[in-house]
Amino acid sequence: MDRLSRPHRGVALAAIAALSSVLVSAQDKAGSGMTTNVQGALPNVHLVSPVTNGQWTMPAGDYGNTRFSTLAQINTSNVQNLHVVSNFATGIPHGHEGGPLVVGSTLYMVTPFPDNLIALDLTQPGFPQKWIFQPNPDISSVGIACCDVVNRGASYVDGKIIYNTLDAHTVAVDANTGKLVWKTQVGDIHYGETTTMAPIVVRDKVFVGNSGGELGVRGQLTALDVKTGKILWKAYSTGSDADVRIGDDFKPFYPKDRGKDLGLSTWTPGQWKLGGGTIWGWISYDPELNLIYYGTGNPGVWNPDMRPGDNKWSVTIWARNPDTGMAKWAYQVAPHDGYDYDEVMENVLVDMPWNGRMQKLLIHPGRTGFVFVMDRETGELLSAEKYEPVTWASAYDLRTGRVNEDESKRPHFGKFGRDICPSSTGAKDFTPSSFSPRTGYLYIPAHNTCMDYEGTAVNYIAGTPYLGANVRMYPGPGGYQGEFIAWDVANAKKVWSIKEKDFPVYSGVLTTAGDLAFYGTMDGWFRAVDARSGKVLWQFKTGSGIVGNPMTFTGPDGKQYVAVYSGIGGWMGAAALPSVSTDDPYAALGVVGTMRNIKSVTQPGDMLYVFTY
Amino acid sequence: MYSPIRAILFRAILCSLALACAPALLNAATLRVCSDPNNLPYSNDRQEGFENKIAALIAKDLGANLTYFWFPQREAFFRKTLNAGACDLVMGVPSGFDEANSTHPYYRSTYVFITRSDRHLEINSFDDPRLRNLRIGVHILGEQNDSLPPVHALIGRGIVHNLVGFSIFGHLDEANPASDLIKAVSDGKVDIAIAWGPLAGYFSQHSASPLTITPVAEDFKNPELQFRFDIGIGVRANDANLKRRLDQELLHRRPEIQQILKDYGIPQIPLPIEMAQSMED
Repeated sequence: MDRLSRPHRGVALAAIAALSSVLVSAQDKAGSGMTTNVQGALPNVHLVSPVTNGQWTMPAGDYGNTRFSTLAQINTSNVQNLHVVSNFATGIPHGHEGGPLVVGSTLYMVTPFPDNLIALDLTQPGFPQKWIFQPNPDISSVGIACCDVVNRGASYVDGKIIYNTLDAHTVAVDANTGKLVWKTQVGDIHYGETTTMAPIVVRDKVFVGNSGGELGVRGQLTALDVKTGKILWKAYSTGSDADVRIGDDFKPFYPKDRGKDLGLSTWTPGQWKLGGGTIWGWISYDPELNLIYYGTGNPGVWNPDMRPGDNKWSVTIWARNPDTGMAKWAYQVAPHDGYDYDEVMENVLVDMPWNGRMQKLLIHPGRTGFVFVMDRETGELLSAEKYEPVTWASAYDLRTGRVNEDESKRPHFGKFGRDICPSSTGAKDFTPSSFSPRTGYLYIPAHNTCMDYEGTAVNYIAGTPYLGANVRMYPGPGGYQGEFIAWDVANAKKVWSIKEKDFPVYSGVLTTAGDLAFYGTMDGWFRAVDARSGKVLWQFKTGSGIVGNPMTFTGPDGKQYVAVYSGIGGWMGAAALPSVSTDDPYAALGVVGTMRNIKSVTQPGDMLYVFTY
Repeated sequence: MYSPIRAILFRAILCSLALACAPALLNAATLRVCSDPNNLPYSNDRQEGFENKIAALIAKDLGANLTYFWFPQREAFFRKTLNAGACDLVMGVPSGFDEANSTHPYYRSTYVFITRSDRHLEINSFDDPRLRNLRIGVHILGEQNDSLPPVHALIGRGIVHNLVGFSIFGHLDEANPASDLIKAVSDGKVDIAIAWGPLAGYFSQHSASPLTITPVAEDFKNPELQFRFDIGIGVRANDANLKRRLDQELLHRRPEIQQILKDYGIPQIPLPIEMAQSMED
């Protein structure tokens, strides 16, 4: 739409209308329930909505959250020619999570707080700024956010860029003019609720989750009207079945997840109100089954002894009807979580053979250290295999869906847990994996850290002294802290991996039909790896650590580009920010213990890098 | 709508965002205090708390201008304020706290039970059998992986299902969020509450129906639990000179400080003799 330089307003609007209809028709096609065996894919490996048009209009690129692009101009034979064609500083030296969108010939990026939306013109050399939209969110939200002031991205639909601001609002901005279309409050920062996740759009609805589980916020998924921003319904993560939007259609696969009002009865009275289960990760969508999928965070408040019971529906994977919000199934991954294992990770949707027959899979590389493979129609657990050292549990029983937990690891006051692996940051955090239908591998950005709950220390908060347990995190066994893993989904095993000695891999992953997998490191390397062999084919040192998600697109000139943010921050990356002391092993909720050297290898940054060959 | 707390927070947060609040040495002419803008009885941005009164007293003696850096005392308060150089001291920290160097304590308080006086419950022990059935209000710290020591004592006895949690942070624009718990006793929403002494003492003074506060008895089943804490003024670890100066000042002004604490209804446990003696050295 923006290929005309300085387009006449009427022309531009017409162009937007045309583009919208192209996208709508793509969605209609997806809505017909066809899955696609993209060119070059393994036989019988189908994706639900592959990115095929060279754009990137939603957080993961595709509804199935594979983050796989069919673009192949950049491939294993020419990747060594990749070079920077543009970079752009946002001016905000905080964690740059998420990634840009490309719609037509405009690139859109959302900055960390104050959550500015910047549009870059891809038709001009160096990709200059077209406009900037400044939502001016309430600055009090900065003092509330647990883990840096991040934003994980936006969605495009119907001529609008839609995203969340830290102060619990959702905004829709005219994609052409940069003017606000609507703004809706979706939560209350005064109770510690913030919004950092990237919304997705299904037909006429926007889906937004919340953050703030550490503050006892009650998790909620909000559906808003795309046109007006009006709130249509909310589905809470705790409380009565009515609040959770559980009705007659709710059919959890396992008996452990069945029963009336479990969101109330698995808590001590009233505690569900502070129950956490926030929704700050990624949402997937299957057009054929007409279900959205997402996971919920840790139960609030952290201390497990105060909340006996399963604490439903924290740490749960959900399938819901996007039109009504009613739940189809739920699977609680870790009942009564004691380790802060939020399971808000991406749910990757792939159709492929499993045990000899085609099956609709949901693949969830969990914070708990297991790769879960589920039947996404029924919620049956088909496989749960460890991908990093795990000590809190030995295995999952596929028949009952229950986890076999090592109770001796669970910390209680006066009895401290040691060698708990993974640590609270998980065997991976929210940074998303990518699945290539050409290899059948899931590429996982993984961590290898463990933790001890040790000793009591005098603590002081809000004028109240108390004795707290110290959480100390440290590198797990094996002499590495991060690992980039190629995981063979069909055989549930690691094929190859690249170990990062000093830091967890804390970036998202992109795979392409050029048989490349892209990821970044916390010390700032951006790498392209042979997706089949794991050989590093190209790498480039960016200005800061990478905690964002790479993406790819076709420019107005017909060339393929790859883009990524470079700007350390977020929970683990917060150790690089000047306000966090790396002398204190318990700072930043304990992660400094694993991130001690981060300040010596990177400084805060704020850059978008765009590469081509 | 203009909110003074918001305005102050705005400045404080801009400072932390800009990463440009350069640490400054203690200027003889200025005493810089980091303080919560909305946390009575300790402090508020109208300087109505007992910590504000004591800070004013000390600043006057030192011939210093008193200035405040306001920041909510939540997670990472000390990292973002005192230890980021935004001020020289924090008026209240417990002895043994590792994020600040504490002066000699100027008061010692205790966790207490709070009941309506007309209920005549007179509970002081965690082993009182009535605690199994009463609705017990407690503060929830929320963002720490922790609970208050009295909550650990109750949980250790299997008293969990009748606990009612109140966020200690409450609503950002609500005055005195910690008072909700004490008000719940007065309103009959809970039968009994357990809170840190200064909160209980101050807010029960202002209660509509008379309240009784009773220090919690030692828990001999859980000797590692501590319910009494000594509170001093916190300075940065390397600020020995300022600490010494404040120790002298606290000793010098002990009668006035005691009177302020009394005016605010702070329940005190006498500091040990040896502590008083060491303060006289």
